[in-house]
Amino acid sequence: MRSMKKLMLAGLATTTMLSTPAFAEGLSGELRIFSDMSNPAPRAVMEGMVERFGAMHPDLDIELTVIDREAYKTQIRNFLSADAPDVANWYAANRMGPYVSAGLFEDISDLWAEPEFEALASTKGAMTIDDKQWGVPYTYYQWGVYYRQDIFEELGLSAPTTFEEELANCQVIVDSGRACYTIGSKFLWTAGGWFDYLNMRTNGYDFHMELARGEVPWTDDRVRETFANWRKLIDMGAFIDDHQTYSWQEALPFMINGDATAYLMGNFSVPHFRDGGLTDDQLGFYQFPVINPDVPMAEDAPTDTFHIPANAQNKEAAREFLRFVVSADNQTMINAGDALGQLPVNAESSVDEDKFLEAGFSMLSNDAPGGVAQFFDRDFSAEMAKAGMEGLQEFMVYPDNLDDILERLEFVRQDTAQ
Amino acid sequence: MTDTTAAALDHSWFHRNRKTITPWLFLLPAILFFTVYVIYPIIQSISLSFYKWDGLGEAEYVGIANYERLANDRAFTVSLVNNLKWLLLYLLAIPAGLFIALFLNQTVRGIRIYKSLFFFPFVISQVVVGLVFTWFYDPNFGLLNGILGSVGLGPINVLGDPALATYGIIAAGLWPQTAYCMILYLTGLNAVDPEQIEAARLDGAKGWRMLWHIIIPQLKPATFIAFVVTIIGALRSFDLISIMTNGGPFGSTRVLSFYMFEKALSEYGFRMGYGAAIAVVLFFIMLFFIAYFLWSMYQDEKGR
Repeated sequence: MRSMKKLMLAGLATTTMLSTPAFAEGLSGELRIFSDMSNPAPRAVMEGMVERFGAMHPDLDIELTVIDREAYKTQIRNFLSADAPDVANWYAANRMGPYVSAGLFEDISDLWAEPEFEALASTKGAMTIDDKQWGVPYTYYQWGVYYRQDIFEELGLSAPTTFEEELANCQVIVDSGRACYTIGSKFLWTAGGWFDYLNMRTNGYDFHMELARGEVPWTDDRVRETFANWRKLIDMGAFIDDHQTYSWQEALPFMINGDATAYLMGNFSVPHFRDGGLTDDQLGFYQFPVINPDVPMAEDAPTDTFHIPANAQNKEAAREFLRFVVSADNQTMINAGDALGQLPVNAESSVDEDKFLEAGFSMLSNDAPGGVAQFFDRDFSAEMAKAGMEGLQEFMVYPDNLDDILERLEFVRQDTAQ
Repeated sequence: MTDTTAAALDHSWFHRNRKTITPWLFLLPAILFFTVYVIYPIIQSISLSFYKWDGLGEAEYVGIANYERLANDRAFTVSLVNNLKWLLLYLLAIPAGLFIALFLNQTVRGIRIYKSLFFFPFVISQVVVGLVFTWFYDPNFGLLNGILGSVGLGPINVLGDPALATYGIIAAGLWPQTAYCMILYLTGLNAVDPEQIEAARLDGAKGWRMLWHIIIPQLKPATFIAFVVTIIGALRSFDLISIMTNGGPFGSTRVLSFYMFEKALSEYGFRMGYGAAIAVVLFFIMLFFIAYFLWSMYQDEKGR
């Protein structure tokens, strides 16, 4: 009798599983999620996802721990090996390398083999190491120049498409008593964004990646050319003063108050601009202009991801959660303008009706033939990234130190290559 | 039968030796924990410094390569020099604390409130101290530039200037440390013998001579403790640096502990062996002071 009941239950389970795979497995137990989505908007998104996933699986006890985004970057090393959750946030590409090679991330190639995952093909490469996939993307976002349209109009300027126009614009802006760009380089990575763009526009995506992999010396003339272009902007006073003292958020008021007219940033900055009181009429977006017309345009579009730690307890529920995360509906919802305000990775998702999301979506799908990079501190190895960004910050403050900086970076490159 | 004899033997052996054994029994928990949590990690760190290890995979023995690299690493030199700056300038907290204590060591109405207010910076968290000073130094809206501006001096960006940033952080650290030294001296001043002061006064000593020849010698125990806590404070100056500059601009405010953290444990650090080598250098600097402290305490005990 008892076995009979069991059989029936099992039968029931399989039939429902066939019809609606996401609901039927009767997941139970505990699902522990560690997330780095600690800023207000991402936090709400994460909590919303947990709530909706919880509603689908009422027997599953989901425990969400949100950790400060910066602190998370160091804590992940400990909790992956000591106290692994079932699902954890991280980043694509080189950044997941150390955990993959240490066997701390679960190989989830089986998920990627499922037909639903074909819609994620655009990031499959960034999730692949050693021909296996180690995580799933939930969002990515464009980088580009956010600028004060109203001030540009007041000065009679239009968004530049070439570096010459850029420099000409900037001269007008500087003459009007403003800085062209705000930037806060206290935590270094913002300077990495500038280098990514200047180098990809000057020397192209392929060269940038060779440099990132450590195949080209930092003292190469092509690298110097990138810095020479950068210096043109620095020398004309394009950047705000004292940027080494500010975080990227602390640099926002310069743009909101109109002391600076543009910000090279990721799209996650848009809610901050809006909270600061800028309307969509005041805030514009343009793609970083062409410097060398011979190299195809390439963009930075960092991808944020979910992974299953190898030491997870409830991998079945974790896989189900990952399926849920990448589903087209969920990606449409979490990336909407009133949620993350970013771009869905799932090709079947739709982009919210939002000026910046649409601009980013069309830029990444049509105007980035050169390739899509992750970001300076995700493409370069960790140690090279740290030393590199420190050098970039120093260059922005003391451009005369360039030779010394490049020699130092070359020392680190040779040292890490060993 | 044999059992009881053994028990009796044991019993008598314990009894015979209990004067030797008892202190060791009392010391045992401390020795145990000291070994597990202090001695063993030290040995572990030293041995780790001869390896190349990313903290996750297999460690690879590299001999003294980490130390050779330290010698060529400019970031390490900068950190070492900053450590020396901290050690020297932090000692200013001792005279500053002494003078505030002398100033506050009087009986007027509400003196306890003033004492509490002066002690306040030591009670609040270092993180808060760091934030307060970061705002104080802020090149845009900071009070410092407001004050400088009102007397016609140009704006300076203390924490953004590699030549000034370390001094700016040390100044922030001196604020709570002075309060700490002050409280030590206030306690010490309570123990100063009034008869000696009376006698000195009869002999015509006052002002600086009184302070130098009568008061300060009697404050020697307080000075020793103030010296110890200040040196320790200078060597663990991690949190202020992390809050105020995060080691920047371009690594100019790092000290050894911060550099070790960056290399071994931070977002971009995956070099446990290299970090351990930095820690070993820091350990030997500390060992120098610890040896001095122990030696002078031992001399003190012997003198009694």
